[in-house]
Amino acid sequence: MNYHFDFALILQSLPVLLRGLLVTIQLWVPSIAAGLALGLLLALCRLSKTPFIRVPSLLYIELFRDTPVLIQLIWFFYAFPIIVGVQLSPFIAALLGLSLNTSAYSAEIFRGGIQSIAAGQWEGAKALGMRPTAVLRRVILPQVFKRMLPAFTNRAIEVAKMSSLASVLSVHELMYQGRLLSSTYYRPLEILTTVALIYFLMIYPGSYLSMKLERRMASNS
Amino acid sequence: MSETILRVTNLQKRFGDLHVLRGIDFAVEPGERIAIIGGSGSGKSTLLRCLNFMESPTSGTIELDGKTLGRPVRGNPDDRLYPEGELCAVRERVGMVFQQFNLFPHMTVLENVMEGLVTVKKMKKQEARECALKELQKVGLADKVDAYPGRLSGGQQQRVAIARALAMMPEILLFDEPTSSLDPELVGEVLRVIRALADEGRTMLLVTHELGFAYHYATKVIFLADGVFHEVGTPDEVLKHPKQERTRAFLSRFTEFSF
Repeated sequence: MNYHFDFALILQSLPVLLRGLLVTIQLWVPSIAAGLALGLLLALCRLSKTPFIRVPSLLYIELFRDTPVLIQLIWFFYAFPIIVGVQLSPFIAALLGLSLNTSAYSAEIFRGGIQSIAAGQWEGAKALGMRPTAVLRRVILPQVFKRMLPAFTNRAIEVAKMSSLASVLSVHELMYQGRLLSSTYYRPLEILTTVALIYFLMIYPGSYLSMKLERRMASNS
Repeated sequence: MSETILRVTNLQKRFGDLHVLRGIDFAVEPGERIAIIGGSGSGKSTLLRCLNFMESPTSGTIELDGKTLGRPVRGNPDDRLYPEGELCAVRERVGMVFQQFNLFPHMTVLENVMEGLVTVKKMKKQEARECALKELQKVGLADKVDAYPGRLSGGQQQRVAIARALAMMPEILLFDEPTSSLDPELVGEVLRVIRALADEGRTMLLVTHELGFAYHYATKVIFLADGVFHEVGTPDEVLKHPKQERTRAFLSRFTEFSF
C-alpha cells in the first residue's frame, strides 16, 4: 500500500470538524440532562401504584426502547410537524428525539436503581418523620446515582454516539461535517479517521472520570 | 397520676389471608418499659411496626396523647385513613430502632444522626451538629463521627441508630429486636446503651429475645402468641411465675441449654 496520507488536509479541515463537534456537544449534553430529568419522572410514574400513572409511562418507555433511534429522529423531523402543524428545525427535531429516547432508557436505570435499594432505607428514613419526597431526595436517590453510575455512563456514551444519526437530518454536527468533507476531498481515510478520533477524545474523558468517581465512592462505603 | 401516652384498641393486622394481629388492646404510661416477647411469627414485630405506622393497621385505633390517629373511611367505620403528614408527625414522636439498623450508607455517622434534625426538625446545620454530637457521645461513639457506617461493627452501627432516634427527642422509643442481628459479643454494648435510657426514665417498647434484660429492666412484660396477648404482667410474674402453659413452654425453650 503506497497511500500518501495527507496530514495537511486534516489540519485544514479541523476548524470545520471542530464546529461540528460543538454542535454534537450541543446535542449531547442537553439531551442527557433532559433525558435524565424526564427519566427520573418517568421512573417514579412507572413505580406508582396508580395504574393511570403507571401504564402510560410503561407504554412510553417501551415505545422508545423498542423502536430504532433513527426512525425516532426522522419521525420527529418529518411526521411530528404534521401532527402539531409546526415545522421543527433539524437540530430541534434531533434534540427532541435524542432526549426522549434517553429519558426512556434512563427511566429504566432509575427504576432498577430505586428498586435495588433495600426497603430498610425507606423505613429508616420514614421512622425519623421524613416525608416520602425527602426520603427520595436525601436517602434513596443519592444511593441510586452511586449504584447506577456505570449504567448512566454507558447511556451517556451511547447518546454521544447516537447523536451522529442527526446527520441524516442534515444537522451540521461532527458526523455530517465529516461526511461532507470526505466526499468533497475524496479523502475518507484522513477525514473519517479524524472524525472517529475526535469522537473518542470527546467521550473518553467522561468515561475515565466516571471510573475514577466510582472508585472514590466505593472507597467511602 | 400518670397520663396514658399511647392507647391501642382492638388492633388487627392482616397480610392477605394471614391474620397476624387479632385484636390487641393496651396502653402505655409515661416511663413504662414494656418488653414484648414471643415466638417467631407471633406478631410482635408487626405490633411494634403498627405503632409508628411502618405497617398500616387493618382495623382498630391508636391514640397518641388522647387523640385518635387517622380518620374513619366513610361507609366503612372499621377502616381508617392515615394522611402522610399526620404519620410523619407521629413518627417524629415515636422513634424506632430496627433490627438491621437501617443507617444511611452514603452518610457519615454524624450526618446520619443530623439528617432528621435538618430535614424534619428544620434545625440549622450547626445546631444539628451539636445536638448529634451530644447523642453520639452518649452512646460512646464520639470518636467515630466521620466514619461511614460500613466501617463500623454491628454493635457500633446499632448505637449510631439509637443516637439517630434519640436526637429526634421522641416521647416513645420502639426497639425492634435491636440485638438480634448482632454477634453475641456485641450484644452487651447495645444493651448497656438501652439500659442507660431506661435509667433516664424513658418510655420504651422493646421486642426482644434477651429475656434476662427484659427481666431486669422492663416494667411490664407481654407474651404475644398467635396475634393476641397471651400473658401480661410484671417481669417476675411473666418470666418467673408464668400462669399460662404456653408461656411456660416458650420460656422453657430458652432455658433448655442454660447451665
